[in-house]
Amino acid sequence: MKIVQAKDITQKVAQLCVEINTKLADDIDSVLKKEEDNEPYSLAKNILSVINENRALALNAKRPICQDTGMVVAFVKYGQDVVIKDGSIEQAIQEGVRQAYCQGYMRKSVVEDPLLRDKNTQDNTPAVIHYQVVPGEVLQISIMAKGFGSENTSALKMMKPSDGIEGVKQFIFDTIRKGAPNACAPIIAGVGIGGDFEEAALLAKKALFIPLDQHQQKPHLYSLEKELMQSVNKSGIGPMGMGGKTTMLGIHILDYPTHIAGLPVAVNICCYVDRRGTVVF
Amino acid sequence: MMKKISTPLSDEVIASLSCGDQVYISGIIYTARDAAHKRLIDDLKQNKDLPFDIKNQIVFYMGPCPAAPGEVIGPAGPTTSHRMDKYTPRLLSLGLRGMIGKGNRSSEVIESIKKYHSIYFACVGGTGTLCAKHIQHSEVIAYSDLGTEAIRKLEVVDFPVFVAIDAKGNNIYINGPNNFRKYLLKQDN
Repeated sequence: MKIVQAKDITQKVAQLCVEINTKLADDIDSVLKKEEDNEPYSLAKNILSVINENRALALNAKRPICQDTGMVVAFVKYGQDVVIKDGSIEQAIQEGVRQAYCQGYMRKSVVEDPLLRDKNTQDNTPAVIHYQVVPGEVLQISIMAKGFGSENTSALKMMKPSDGIEGVKQFIFDTIRKGAPNACAPIIAGVGIGGDFEEAALLAKKALFIPLDQHQQKPHLYSLEKELMQSVNKSGIGPMGMGGKTTMLGIHILDYPTHIAGLPVAVNICCYVDRRGTVVF
Repeated sequence: MMKKISTPLSDEVIASLSCGDQVYISGIIYTARDAAHKRLIDDLKQNKDLPFDIKNQIVFYMGPCPAAPGEVIGPAGPTTSHRMDKYTPRLLSLGLRGMIGKGNRSSEVIESIKKYHSIYFACVGGTGTLCAKHIQHSEVIAYSDLGTEAIRKLEVVDFPVFVAIDAKGNNIYINGPNNFRKYLLKQDN
């Protein structure tokens, strides 16, 4: 049995929320630098250089890269042999988010009622939290601060089995082509295929956590990713949709078995500021 | 081409700017995003005056992070403009001349930009810290209850933007990718 103090969870979540907003993961950092060097179109190269200049300033000042410091999404792997002392895991995570956004001078972007929109919660809570119970003494919390310029361009479609790989490819490409200019391209795409309605969406979000230099093991999904990378980056959309080669930095596809009648496909789009990180207890 | 301009915008300045130009703006600009736009239009419906004179002014679609100690304003980059499209033609008809945001606009907005000889600038999305460096003064002047979405009067110096849609309706979200594809074809030949 493993004992974890609720206050330690709060402290580590708070620290992680601030860190991911000020510094991008190494894999994204190196791709952005590489793409600035490789971009042949001068306006696009100029935009990528502004992007990289801003990231350096943010890192240096320990301040958010983007003023949209996101809505926090957490994926928790919660071992059956872990006991949380002096509080609940849910409250501990929400408190961590609250402290990070209030004490870290980050924007509070959450409205209490999605339709009335008359009250900001003032502390960026609640985070959206997904739990997975696993065997053993594991406690792992992966956090994303998800910006909504890109979230708004995401889409889910219940496709027909007869649509096949070609249909799925077309839907993913169309969603990206339509969304990328508004989603602060160069974007990163997470795709979920299979399961049911909500599982496809969850897979798409989980895919945004995969490092850009890590690749799919399934050959047919790996070639689908490669093909989509090529076709999106040949579309000419470019950084900020103003033309150029660098439209997408990476795409990851996750899949899950599905019903004989169905083919759910979800595309979750993220701007280049894919703020993600994990703490392990 | 790189150009420096000051606010408020004159006909001559607007006419001198073309789609794709890199522009540094200095002077006063005003922030307004989703909630503030809704309230501006609601005010107009109730025959109330707008909280600031928008004639020849620029509105920046932005909601900043709070200022940390020693800062004028927190990170302050652009938000996606198309959510404001529903409200924009009315504001342009009342004399608003410029907008700063990111992403393409609706055909109604583009028609209004041409009709009222105005201009739409795009700022590089996600560059909040860089944008904040060009803001020398910030003051909430209306709708303070909206928090980050309140209307702010900003004094900016060399604020970096690109002309996305000029007064003739030339649109970088169409021209930019087309130009790049032409460039690719040339490389292939």
